[in-house]
Amino acid sequence: MSTLAHDDHHDHKPTGLKRWFFSTNHKDIGTLYLIFALIMFFVGGAMAMIIRAELFQPGLQFVDPQFYNSMVTVHALVMIFGAVMPAGVGLANWMIPLMVGAPDMALPRMNNMSFWILPFAFALLLSTLFMEGGGPAGGWTMYPPLVLQLGNGFPYLIFAVHFLGISSIMGAINIIATVFNMRAPGMTLMQMPLFVWTWIITSFLLIASMPVLAGAVTMLLTDKYFGTSFFDAAGGGDPVLFQHIFWFFGHPEVYILALPAFGIVSQIIPTFSRKPLFGYASMVYATASIAILSFFVWAHHMFTVGLPIKGELFFMYATMLIAVPTGVKVFNWMATMWRGSMTFETPMLFAIAFVILFTIGGFSGLMLGITPVDFQYHDTYFVVAHFHYVLLTGAIFALMGAAYYWLPKWTGNMYDERLGKIHFWLSLISSNVLFFPQHFLGLAGMPRRIPDYSIQFADFNMISSVGGFAYGISQLLFIYIVIKCVMGGKKAKAVSWEGAKGLEWHVPSPAPFHTFETPPKLTKQMLEH
Amino acid sequence: MKSNFQKLLLLLLFTPLTALSDWALNMREGVTPISQEIYQMHQITLWVVTIIGIIVFGVMFWSIFHHRKSKGAKAAKFSHSTTVEIIWTIVPTVIIISLAIPATKLLIKMDDTSESAITIKATGSQWKWKYDYLDGVGEGITLYSALDDKSREIGQRDSGLDPMEYENYLMDVDEPIVLPVNTKIRILTTAQDVIHAFWVPDLGWKRDAIPGFINDNWAVIEKPGTYRGKCAEICGAGHGYMPIVIKAVSMDDYTAWVDGKMLAQAESKNTSDKVLTMEELMTKGEKVYKAQCLVCHQANGQGLKGAFPALAGSAVAVEKEQRLGHLHRIIFGKVLMPAFGEQLSDVDIAAVATYERNAWGNNTGDIVQAKEVAEARKVPNVLE
Repeated sequence: MSTLAHDDHHDHKPTGLKRWFFSTNHKDIGTLYLIFALIMFFVGGAMAMIIRAELFQPGLQFVDPQFYNSMVTVHALVMIFGAVMPAGVGLANWMIPLMVGAPDMALPRMNNMSFWILPFAFALLLSTLFMEGGGPAGGWTMYPPLVLQLGNGFPYLIFAVHFLGISSIMGAINIIATVFNMRAPGMTLMQMPLFVWTWIITSFLLIASMPVLAGAVTMLLTDKYFGTSFFDAAGGGDPVLFQHIFWFFGHPEVYILALPAFGIVSQIIPTFSRKPLFGYASMVYATASIAILSFFVWAHHMFTVGLPIKGELFFMYATMLIAVPTGVKVFNWMATMWRGSMTFETPMLFAIAFVILFTIGGFSGLMLGITPVDFQYHDTYFVVAHFHYVLLTGAIFALMGAAYYWLPKWTGNMYDERLGKIHFWLSLISSNVLFFPQHFLGLAGMPRRIPDYSIQFADFNMISSVGGFAYGISQLLFIYIVIKCVMGGKKAKAVSWEGAKGLEWHVPSPAPFHTFETPPKLTKQMLEH
Repeated sequence: MKSNFQKLLLLLLFTPLTALSDWALNMREGVTPISQEIYQMHQITLWVVTIIGIIVFGVMFWSIFHHRKSKGAKAAKFSHSTTVEIIWTIVPTVIIISLAIPATKLLIKMDDTSESAITIKATGSQWKWKYDYLDGVGEGITLYSALDDKSREIGQRDSGLDPMEYENYLMDVDEPIVLPVNTKIRILTTAQDVIHAFWVPDLGWKRDAIPGFINDNWAVIEKPGTYRGKCAEICGAGHGYMPIVIKAVSMDDYTAWVDGKMLAQAESKNTSDKVLTMEELMTKGEKVYKAQCLVCHQANGQGLKGAFPALAGSAVAVEKEQRLGHLHRIIFGKVLMPAFGEQLSDVDIAAVATYERNAWGNNTGDIVQAKEVAEARKVPNVLE
C-alpha cells in the first residue's frame, strides 16, 4: 500500500517559523487550523465557564450585567467562527486531498491566507473586551438598534466579521476548486467519500451566505457612522430588515456547522460497523436537500417579530419539511450499523452519541418549528438547550470523533484508547447534565441572555452549572491525550482501523509531507467507502 | 413514577435550595383559551417526538447490543434498499403533515385580534415598560412599570442579601398592569429605543416590541390572579431586570381601579408649584434615583467604567454652569441616556437632580425646585 506514497526520503519540509507562516502545504495548514480551533474552543469555553459561574445561583456574584452580556455574545462568536468552523476547515484541508487523491489543495497560497486572516480577525474581536464601552454585548446576532449602542469596539466587531467571512469564502473556493479539478483520474463525484460531499455542499453554502452577512454588517456600519438609516424606523428603515438579512445568512450557517459533522459521522460509522454506508446516494441527496431548504426557513428565527400570517405559515411548513431529509440521514446511519460487526473505539462512541443527541436536538427543533408553540419557546432556555444539543453534542462531538479517528493518520501513533474512552464518557455525561435541564428552565419560563434570574429557576441552573464545569474540565483531558499521541505511543498502521475504507488509508501513517505527487491508479478496492 | 423518583433524589441532594423553588418541568397551561391550546399542541408534539425517539433509539440500541463484533456478529454486505428508504421518507412526511394541520388552525385563531373590548399598548424602553390604555374602559390611563426596589437592592453585585429569601425576586414591579377577566384584550407592543419582547407565559405568547413598529396580539384571561412575565429579547444591561406583572381582576374591581387611577393621574399632572425642603427632596430623589438611574449609574454614583459615566464628582452634577445641562439631560436624554421628561413629573425631576447634586460627596448644597424644572422644559435643549 505504501507504494503510493513514494519518495519518503525526499520529504523535504521547510523548518522553523517559515514552515508555519509561509506554508502552502495542506497538511500543515490543516494542522494550523485545527490547533487554532482548539485554542478558540478553550477561549470560548472559558467564557462559558464565566457564564455558568454567574448563573450558579441567583443574585449577581462575579460580573456586571453588561460584561455578562458581552460574554454571552463573544462566547457565541468565538465558538461558531473560531472553533467549529475552523475545525471543520482544518479537517477538510487535511483530509480532502488525501481522500480524493490530490497532491495538495488547488490554491495553496490562498489556503495560507485564508488561515492567517483568522488570528488577526480574532485579535480584533477579542481586543474589544478591553476597550472603552466593552465588547459586543447585544448577542452574536448583532440586532440593531442595540448593537449600535456598542462603544469603541463597534468597528472592530464589524471588521472582524468581514475578515472571518473573507477567510471562509476563500476556504470554500479552495475546497470546490480542489474537488472539481484534482480528483484522482477515475474517481467520479458519486464515488467520493461522504465527508468530501458534505464539504462541497457546505462550501457552496458558505459562498452563497457569507456575502449576505458582510452586506448586513456593512449596513450596520454605515447606519452608525455615515448617517444611513437602513435599520432605523425614524429614517424610514426597519430594524426587522436586519433580522431577515442576518438569518438569510444565519440559517445556512447552522448547516455550515452541521454538514461537515454529518460527513464525519458517515465516515466513522461504516468503519466501526465494518459495513458499507447504507444509502450512499440518498445521503448525498438528503444533504443537498437540507442545504437548499436551509435558504427557505430563515424566518423561523423570528416568528415573534410580527410576520404576516401567510409568512408564518410558509416558514413553519418549510421548517418542518427539513425533518424529512434529516430523518433520512439518521435512518441511514442506523441501517449502516444494523447487522454490522461493531466495535466501540472512541471515534465510534462519539459518532453514536452524535446520532442520538443530534436527533434529540432535532426533536426540539421540530417543536420550535411549530409557530404557535414557538411563541412560548422563543428566546428561552429551551432554545439554548436546542442549539447546544445540535452544536455541542452534535457538531463538536463529531469533530472530537474525527480527531480521534484521524489522529493515527496525522501523527503515526495511536492515541491512548483508555483515556479516549474516559474523555468520551465524561463529555457525554457532563454535557447532558449541562444542557438537558435547560429544556425545563425554558419551559418554566426562563428567558435566555439574562445575568440573574428568579428563584424558581435556582435548582436546575445549579445542576446545569455543575455539568458545565465538569464538561469544561473534561476537555483538558483531550489536550493531554492529543499531546501524548503526538509525542509517541503505539505505532499506527497505514490502515489504522480494521474496517477503514478510502484513499486516506492507502498512504502511510503518519501521512508524509507530500502525498499523491503523481495521481494514484485507482483500483476497485480503493474506491470502497 | 420515574420523574418523581428523580425529583426525590435531587430533592435530597439540594435540600437547602428547594424550599422556594418549584422544580417546574413542563410548560404552563396558562389562563387563556389560546394558552391552553398552545399547551395541548406542545404536549402532542412532545409525545410524538418522545415516541419516535423511543422507537428509533430502541432499534439502534438493540443493534448496538446484538450486532457487535465481540458477540461474533459478522457484517452483512447490503448497502441500500429502495423499499425501506421510501417508507422512512413517507412516514415522517405524514407525521409532519398531521402536526401542521392543527398548528395552522391555532395560528389562524391567534391572528384574529378583532372585536376586542380593551386595547392597551406596551412600550418597552431601557429598562421598564410603559402602558397606555388606548381603547375601552380605562382609556387615557398611562402607567410606567419598572422592577421593584427590593429586587433592585438584592440584585446589586455584592449586596450581601440572599435572593432565595425573596419569593418574587426579579418578578415584581412598582406598578402592575390591571386588566379585567373574561374580556378580550388587545395588546399592542412597540418600543422606544431598542427591541424588547413582551412575554407573559400564562397568556401563551410573546411578541417583540420594535421601535417604530407596532405589533398586536390578544388575550382573554379567564381566571383572576397575578401573572408574571419578563422581557424576552436582549435589550442591554438591564435586560434581566424588566419584568411584567398583570393583575387580572373582575370587571367591577377593574372599573374601581380605573376611577382611582384617573383621579390620581389628574392630581399628579400639576406638580410644578410644589416647593419642598432639602430633606424632602433628598428622600424623594433617592427613591426616584433607585428606580430610574441606578441600573446604569450604580448605587454609589460611580457608573460603569466605559459604558455609563459616573455622577459622583462629575462636572455635570457639580458645577453651577452645568445646572441647566443637568436638567436637560434628564428631560431630553443624551445618546444612551433615555429621556425622562415624559415619564417623570416636575417634582420628581427636581428631587432626583437635587439628590444627584448632593449625594456621594457632591455636596453642592444646590436645591432644585419643581418650578425650575418646568421652566427648563420650555427653553431649547442646551445639549443640541
